[in-house]
Amino acid sequence: MQESATSLALTLISTADPDLLEIIGLSLRVSLSAVGLSLCAGLVLGATLAIARFPGRQAVNILVNASMSMPPVVVGLLVYLALSRSGPLGWLGLLYTPSAMIIAQTLLITPLIAALSRQVIEDLYLEYADQFTSLQLTTVEKIKALLWDARYSLSTVALAGLGRALSEVGAVIIVGGNIEHLTRVMTTAIALETSKGNLALALALGAILLTLALLINALLSSINVSAKRYAYA
Amino acid sequence: MHKSPDSNIVNLNATETNNGKRRPTPASNKNEKAPANQFDLVELGCTISGKVILQNINISLKPHGISAIMGFNGAGKSMLLKLIHGIATPTNGHVRWNQQVPTREHRLNQAMVFQKPVLLRRSVKANIDFVIKQRKHRDPLNRNALLAMVGLVDKATQAARLLSGGEQQRLALARALACKPSVLFLDEATASLDSASAAIIEDIVERESRAGTKIIMVTHDAAQAARLSDEVIFMHGGTVVEHSNSQSFFTTPSSAPAKAYLEGRLYNPNR
Repeated sequence: MQESATSLALTLISTADPDLLEIIGLSLRVSLSAVGLSLCAGLVLGATLAIARFPGRQAVNILVNASMSMPPVVVGLLVYLALSRSGPLGWLGLLYTPSAMIIAQTLLITPLIAALSRQVIEDLYLEYADQFTSLQLTTVEKIKALLWDARYSLSTVALAGLGRALSEVGAVIIVGGNIEHLTRVMTTAIALETSKGNLALALALGAILLTLALLINALLSSINVSAKRYAYA
Repeated sequence: MHKSPDSNIVNLNATETNNGKRRPTPASNKNEKAPANQFDLVELGCTISGKVILQNINISLKPHGISAIMGFNGAGKSMLLKLIHGIATPTNGHVRWNQQVPTREHRLNQAMVFQKPVLLRRSVKANIDFVIKQRKHRDPLNRNALLAMVGLVDKATQAARLLSGGEQQRLALARALACKPSVLFLDEATASLDSASAAIIEDIVERESRAGTKIIMVTHDAAQAARLSDEVIFMHGGTVVEHSNSQSFFTTPSSAPAKAYLEGRLYNPNR
């Protein structure tokens, strides 16, 4: 049974099954969009927390760090409540659309990117602080310089965010609804097809998810190695 | 045109004698017509976590030339330099620069080179360009001219952090000079360099001083201070115990700690 499922999965992949490609395409679109939005917000928040000194900074850091481990289903539930017809953003009509999934994943990944980038940037800022003060840089100039100089480490942070987004299921299934040809992504499809006993598609998607995870890790390693080799890390 | 020990470095002003020995720069060589950079330190003090680092510092530095801050380890030299430059904030007193408490706008006319060069994780030329871009409205110096001055033209595209220690410090100095500072602070800028690299830095510093830049440097190297400085501020126990012109400091130091320092022994007030 499992053997036939595996061979079916390989067939689906090798023949570039349209349903499979559609699911992979949507997964990548949702997750990459969420990572892009999270980077915009998370990097600025992380950099600001790294260099700004204000009362309550430690409390904010703890809050951001704690948000990293926020359960996806809770995020999904909160977004669902906000976007549902009776919710405050119900008039947008976004529930059960890819946009709702992007919003949920963005909220899930932003704390992760903010917390990890804060640590990376703070370490770098400790090295640069006196020089930056000597050069009389403004806060915006400092943030821009730090983000650029930490770009290799921050690309690792971005890929960590992408990994989390691609493998996430709880939030997107609540706000997306796992609707075929509309909001079905790899993780929700695997869950559904497994429960239906359609192991071939589930296995094919699982194999692709694993391959993506491997590719992301390989990319991470090569970025780190080349950055160190050229002394930019 | 004179060539410095590093043959790639363009040195427009020879400061060596025929036998190759460096000579102290006579006061008359200093550019007295350059804008004055009068620093007055008033009741300056600094306490960190209950520990007094500096206290009761009341001195006025010479408006031109090179001022050397000397003293034993832990005397508070680097902290004094940071307070004058504004990197650290005093807990007592204040610094006045040309009769004013300096603002950020004023400080844009200052630059500092640290003992351990802090270079951006970029190429050599990008390190200079960073400052040039930041100061574009202030007519900064040309990048290639600066790199030629410190002998790094052929390494312009190399990663700054792959340079040798001496090259990194020269790049840090070139980046500081890109700000066209009227005051240049050096915190033991040659401490970890070999003598050839230190000589290159000294040449550039001397030239900048003659061109009118006020130099305030911390150094442990008495010979270097004797060669370069016009005045010496000697510190001990977080305060200034001697402030005199360079010649009299090195010939007839008036304080016991300074005498001990110049004799190369630790100062023990109970002996």
